[in-house]
Amino acid sequence: MSAAAHWSEAVLAASLFAIDPPGLGGVSVRSLAGPVRDRWLAMFAQLQPEGAPLRRIPLHITDGRLLGGLDLAATLQTGRPIAERGVLADVDGGVAIMAMGERLTPATAARLTAVMDNGEVMLERDGLAMRLPTRFGVIVLDEGVSDDECPPTALLERLAFKVVLTDVSVRDTEALAPTRDEIAEAHARLPKVVVGDKLVEAICGAGAALGVASLRPTLLAVRVARASAALAGRDEADEDDASIAVRLVLVPRATRIPEAPSEEEPPPEEVPPEEPPPDEQPPEQPPPEDDDEDKPPPEVDKPLDDVVLAAALAAMPAGLLAQLRAAQFMRSRASAGGRSGAAKQSGGRGRPVGVRRGLPQNGARLNVVETLRNAAPWQPLRRREAAAAGREEVEGGRRVEVRQDDFRITRFKQKSQTTSIFVVDASGSAALHRLAEAKGAVELLLADCYVRRDRVALIAFRGTGAELLLPPTRSLVRAKRSLSSLPGGGGTPFAAGIDAAVDLADAVRRKGETPLLVFLTDGRANVGRDGKGGRAQAEQDALSAARVLRAANITALLVDTSPQPHPQAQKIAREMDALYLPLPYADAKGISKTIRAATPSASGAG
Amino acid sequence: MGLAYPYAAIVGQDEMKHALLIAAVDPSIGGVLVFGDRGTGKSTAVRSLASLLPPMAVIAGCRYNCDPAAPAMPSLCELCASGGKEKAAKKKVKAPVPVVDLPLGATEDRVVGALDLERALAQGVKAFEPGLLARAHRGFLYIDEVNLLEDHLVDVLLDVAASGENVVEREGLSVRHPARFVLVGSGNPEEGELRPQLLDRFGLSVEVKTPTDIAARVEVVRRRDAFEHDPEGFTEKWQKENARLRRKIVTGRERLKTVEVPEAALERAAQLCIKLGTDGLRGELTLMRTARALAALEGDPVVTDDHLRRIAPSALRHRLRRNPLDDAGSTTRVERAVAELFGA
Repeated sequence: MSAAAHWSEAVLAASLFAIDPPGLGGVSVRSLAGPVRDRWLAMFAQLQPEGAPLRRIPLHITDGRLLGGLDLAATLQTGRPIAERGVLADVDGGVAIMAMGERLTPATAARLTAVMDNGEVMLERDGLAMRLPTRFGVIVLDEGVSDDECPPTALLERLAFKVVLTDVSVRDTEALAPTRDEIAEAHARLPKVVVGDKLVEAICGAGAALGVASLRPTLLAVRVARASAALAGRDEADEDDASIAVRLVLVPRATRIPEAPSEEEPPPEEVPPEEPPPDEQPPEQPPPEDDDEDKPPPEVDKPLDDVVLAAALAAMPAGLLAQLRAAQFMRSRASAGGRSGAAKQSGGRGRPVGVRRGLPQNGARLNVVETLRNAAPWQPLRRREAAAAGREEVEGGRRVEVRQDDFRITRFKQKSQTTSIFVVDASGSAALHRLAEAKGAVELLLADCYVRRDRVALIAFRGTGAELLLPPTRSLVRAKRSLSSLPGGGGTPFAAGIDAAVDLADAVRRKGETPLLVFLTDGRANVGRDGKGGRAQAEQDALSAARVLRAANITALLVDTSPQPHPQAQKIAREMDALYLPLPYADAKGISKTIRAATPSASGAG
Repeated sequence: MGLAYPYAAIVGQDEMKHALLIAAVDPSIGGVLVFGDRGTGKSTAVRSLASLLPPMAVIAGCRYNCDPAAPAMPSLCELCASGGKEKAAKKKVKAPVPVVDLPLGATEDRVVGALDLERALAQGVKAFEPGLLARAHRGFLYIDEVNLLEDHLVDVLLDVAASGENVVEREGLSVRHPARFVLVGSGNPEEGELRPQLLDRFGLSVEVKTPTDIAARVEVVRRRDAFEHDPEGFTEKWQKENARLRRKIVTGRERLKTVEVPEAALERAAQLCIKLGTDGLRGELTLMRTARALAALEGDPVVTDDHLRRIAPSALRHRLRRNPLDDAGSTTRVERAVAELFGA
């Protein structure tokens, strides 16, 4: 697809979205900040009805501002609780723009999606209980560069469109958008538009053929078809509308390539050039879909499905689907979540664990609400006292008298979380001896990590390079899955493994967590950094990588998995300042036990 | 929120729908956890439950929905228990069963209840403002994305869900009131796991999966579309089916006391739990209660192996001890054990 075509798709998405923002959920716009994105946003603003709110929500918005809470200034001034509306309630009838969506935490996303789903803000905060109806659409600005950087899946699921502007330059932004009046007309027509049963079936069939598991995108596609018909001035959606819906909503979420829809047409897709190895199937893909692949696709006897799907596929360039699929695959692996993810990132101050009396000194944070709450019951008394003492009423009368006794500060519990990074040698030599044991040990350690609620990550190196099999996660399910699909065989690119581990450990540390590296290898490097064989060079590279690790000052252990303790492994361990554990005859339990004993940080109450 | 989607109109997801009905028949089962794929109607089902539940009797004017039939203190609030109002004043009124949402981002003071800020600021009166736990008493407390719930809120829930009583000691207030509710949680396992203690509070755990059958998918989309197009008309259309389910719950509740649990069924339940190595007795208790509720719901006078067999996965799958080495999911493990024990 040419850049100009990308742009016209983006314009189409914006136009359809503007017709029914709450119904269609939103648009995720993948692009770095720049004139093209600005132009797209400006264009969208032109399509919105006059005066509709378009609010930008910063990444680190607090719950109080997002959902609402107690307006302290007003409360203090008037002497009675005044509620403050949050941004989500204010944006009713308009569109919220989430900046830097790829950094959005699952916790914030969950708050947002709850409001989108319910059509109201359920406020249960700061002594206030309110229901604030609000219906809005969302534009997520996704500045992710690599495939695994993307907004939380829970949010993306509810947005109909995904617009990619990365390859578009300003010169390409020619395509004309409809006028505001046209959009308003389409909006007025929308309730009348009918999407026939046949089309609904076709869209569902296309969704299933493309391997879109969740039903939300399919529902969105039906609504997009309706909006598309409304935009074209029709009262009933037709094939073209369905094709547009499938192309814009379902195809970007495809997890597999449908079989050629009909015989006459050449298949619009080449077989993807880089089919991921079978052992790395997207873990998300529910098993029943795999069954489908050998069965004839269910839409064989439904010609309309073919038409819709074929039209949507024909509009796509070859290779795009393969790319998208890879992206989807990455996404499913990278959607790192976790309970209370936000708390951990809030400036590394730990999570609040209640309040106590104290002065807001030395960096302790005043908890204004609690302070006020403590001051509240005393007000009449204090006023009387003040009156008795002859102090004059303050101007404006009812001010809240706060005394030093009332001050409450928030206590934070800072718990530096440990992320154990397992770096597993999956090369041929290791596979021969010990891969099974290493896997077993890692599984036992995973169970420990689960108990301590540590996070785990898994890197494997073999062949010519290292691969991050599992980004830091707390999900035992995913850890198990990626471990059981760990392939074995090939050379030992130890240097690449160490490099990857150092990179990841660095990233973990930047998040304010403590990385712990566990290498399981026989240490016999035979592939260098350049991916070429050659034992001497490979060893040099491994040693220099080990020195980088030491310089980075990361806690590491090296478990020698070779049949006899090997000086080479020992040397590298020394170079990386790692604990060296030769385990000639230990089994999985033994390795696990030794590691636990050797790492106080891991065995103690982290 | 407008109209809720009619419960009866939810396509498929029988295990989830069944579990919620069972919890409605016997609230002492202790809650339902719904875990699974996105976009499978988890929250839709829970939210639509409210319209399904038959109204309950409460003591008129009680802020905590006290049950007129409840005997004494732990199950009555202080005011109702002390007979603060004379016997005559203990009038019964009908009230809808509360289905209370605990939204993410709720603060602790709203969950457990706290000083009434309004009255404190305006009148200088120290009064207790009941929180969500009070509102959910004798009803359902629903937490969407339960695995994203903040830790300190989980702590509060754990304590109250176990004791059935909310004890508030804060801001110079000392209040206790009954808070017995059916805890309903939903979430996606990819977002993180639940603490074992919290898992244990849920009586039943169901797994939901996206329907892969095209016909079912089409039906979901079609009904949803019809509902959005004309909520009133759609609800009207399903009114009858919903009413049928409501009657089923009512008769199920009436029958619950008369359903017989034979010694053999108890033994079977115990054997199954031993075989699976579940911790404590809670598994057996839940299994027995759930089977009884299921029998009541279906109008069977005696609990049989069939009831046990059908309900065992929901009642036990979240109680198995974690075994990261076993690749089989917990559902499979339960089913395997059931098959071995009952002879498939």
